[in-house]
Amino acid sequence: MPTFLRTHLTALRMLLAMTVLLGLAYPLLVTGISQLAFPARANGSIAEYDGRPVGSTLLGQGFDLPQTDPSAPHRPDPKWFQPRPSAGGYDPTASGASNLGPNSADLLRSVEERRAAVAAFDGVDPASVPPDALTASGSGLDPHISVAYAREQAGRVARERGLPVEELNRLIEQHTDRRSLGLLGQDGVNVLQLNLAVARLK
Amino acid sequence: MLAFSALSVLFLYGLIRLQTHLLLSLGVPEMEAHQAWNTAVSFTTNTNWQSYSGESAMGHLVQMAGLAVQNFVSAAVGIAVVAALIRGFTRHRTDRVGNFWVDLTRISLRLLLPLSIVLALVLAASGMVQNLHGFHQVTTLTGGTQSIPGGPVASQEVVKLLGTNGGGFYNANSAHPFENPTGFTNWLEVFLLLVIPFALPRTFGRMVGDHRQGYAVVAVMGLFWAASTALVTFFEHQHAGSALQAAGAALEGKEQRFGVAASSLFAASTTLTSTGAVNSFHDSFTPFGGGLTVFDMMLGEIAPGGTGSGLYGMLVLAVVAVFVAGLMVGRTPEYLGKKLGGREMKFASLYILTTPVLVLIGTGAAIALPGERAGMLNSGPHGFSEVLYAFTSASNNNGSAFAGITVNTTWYDTALGLAMVLGRFLPMVFVLALAGSLARQQPVPVSAGTLPTHRPLFVGLLSSVVLIVVGLTYFPALALGPIAEGLH
Repeated sequence: MPTFLRTHLTALRMLLAMTVLLGLAYPLLVTGISQLAFPARANGSIAEYDGRPVGSTLLGQGFDLPQTDPSAPHRPDPKWFQPRPSAGGYDPTASGASNLGPNSADLLRSVEERRAAVAAFDGVDPASVPPDALTASGSGLDPHISVAYAREQAGRVARERGLPVEELNRLIEQHTDRRSLGLLGQDGVNVLQLNLAVARLK
Repeated sequence: MLAFSALSVLFLYGLIRLQTHLLLSLGVPEMEAHQAWNTAVSFTTNTNWQSYSGESAMGHLVQMAGLAVQNFVSAAVGIAVVAALIRGFTRHRTDRVGNFWVDLTRISLRLLLPLSIVLALVLAASGMVQNLHGFHQVTTLTGGTQSIPGGPVASQEVVKLLGTNGGGFYNANSAHPFENPTGFTNWLEVFLLLVIPFALPRTFGRMVGDHRQGYAVVAVMGLFWAASTALVTFFEHQHAGSALQAAGAALEGKEQRFGVAASSLFAASTTLTSTGAVNSFHDSFTPFGGGLTVFDMMLGEIAPGGTGSGLYGMLVLAVVAVFVAGLMVGRTPEYLGKKLGGREMKFASLYILTTPVLVLIGTGAAIALPGERAGMLNSGPHGFSEVLYAFTSASNNNGSAFAGITVNTTWYDTALGLAMVLGRFLPMVFVLALAGSLARQQPVPVSAGTLPTHRPLFVGLLSSVVLIVVGLTYFPALALGPIAEGLH
């Protein structure tokens, strides 16, 4: 057999062996162990309410008023804490960011519109709205908001639900994910977990 | 022996292209030929540029058996090539620089696989998903619906980073909460993508029998990495740019759980290592912060660079640095006991010239064609940066993107695919040719006139060569894009 051909047959054998080992055996082994050892996490950290799944604590979701007309823009429901803006409308089948540049006129307009809308919605001074409420996240599925944005919303949620603000501030404190090991990353309030806690108050 | 590696890898991507067409699951639509070509090339060349969106275009079987396998072996190929180059320095009067199959198997099965199994379990325990489910729909608290995705993510994530591949399971890559759930996993991901490139200089030192040679190389890598990370973090905290000023922080395209600091660290590390995974979207970075990520890739992925490719890139530049020093004092340059003559310098120069040619011609062509120019999401200098970023990323086998640009067109898929193939395999051929040429030589004894290559002087010399080579080549292009936008 010519060397040229023999080399390519070796390459093919190698690729098949690697595919079986690294492409099938390895991921299936890891899947098997994960499913046995920590099934809840390996299956997407699903949150439940009243015994039915309502989402994943790792994925952000919208808290909007029911839509009568599917083409109308989403209207946030004032009874719930609201997540950050999302470039993909909190749709996990289309994760991603806006990708607008730092000097983009479109982004500038969105930021200004969001500032006015959030301030009016929460009944606060537009200058005090925190930056995470004005910018879309990288994944479009950010489960967190800043502590400042959560506290800003506490007043509105308290009014809408007739609850004391202190009670909500306590829940915010409880559902703040601190930076890992006190060092890595940044504090954030998990919106779904916070809203679940609010729902369970009554 | 020299073209051997390139030939076999060319063969691999042909097979992957077929696999992409044959094995589909979860009912995802069939991928068009130009995109399949782009994807196959992208994963084989360790680039992992993605013109598709993971959750809607790839079934689990292709992700596991097609893409993840290439995540392992493309990384192993890089290390095998650098091993051949080092053997070129250490062996004398021979035409053998090692057996590619032996290297490939050992690196994949004894280094990458055990590390991957252990760390995939750590990641899955931290919240990363690891299952074989498709989407499953839930009804939310307000009565809406949401589709929760599944997939063998943790097992793929770990090797995506360990092998400096960077192709995300989902479109949002490491910004997606299922690919990077906490501050801890983020830190672990940065560690994983840096660990092999930064460890290889020690392997190099060991193989040439002098650890100090390895420390000198790692010092240069560390210098660039630290400087770049500090600068990106600084510029992101400044949040320059009209829209970012209006928002009050550079948080567009960044996740709350990482914030500006952890996003900047990830951005600098991923562009310097040829990984190309992202935990925040570089298109929305400040002009200078985003510009630095392009500059990081333009360095040629050497500080610390991709698995294997980083070290061989740096060693080629070390050869150039020694040559420059030799010219200054009028002495025949030698590195690690091998003379650097005309033949060696030709291979080193060809290596250095390949990527700039690809980047600049590709960018120029895309800007000159009206249809391709329309693919930019942003206008003006920032739009130019998007195109420049795309070709820099593809030619240097990084794979990250200023993702605003629409790249799933026949032209971009084909052009960027070509840039990836040529940007990966031409330099590899030159490196292997250099290795063969060095291995054939007699060693020269160290004399008083030999330039010591383990001292701070050499670290400084090598750093300057890196900066001058890159600076002179790319400055005009950078001036048109990020610099024009930043000074505006």
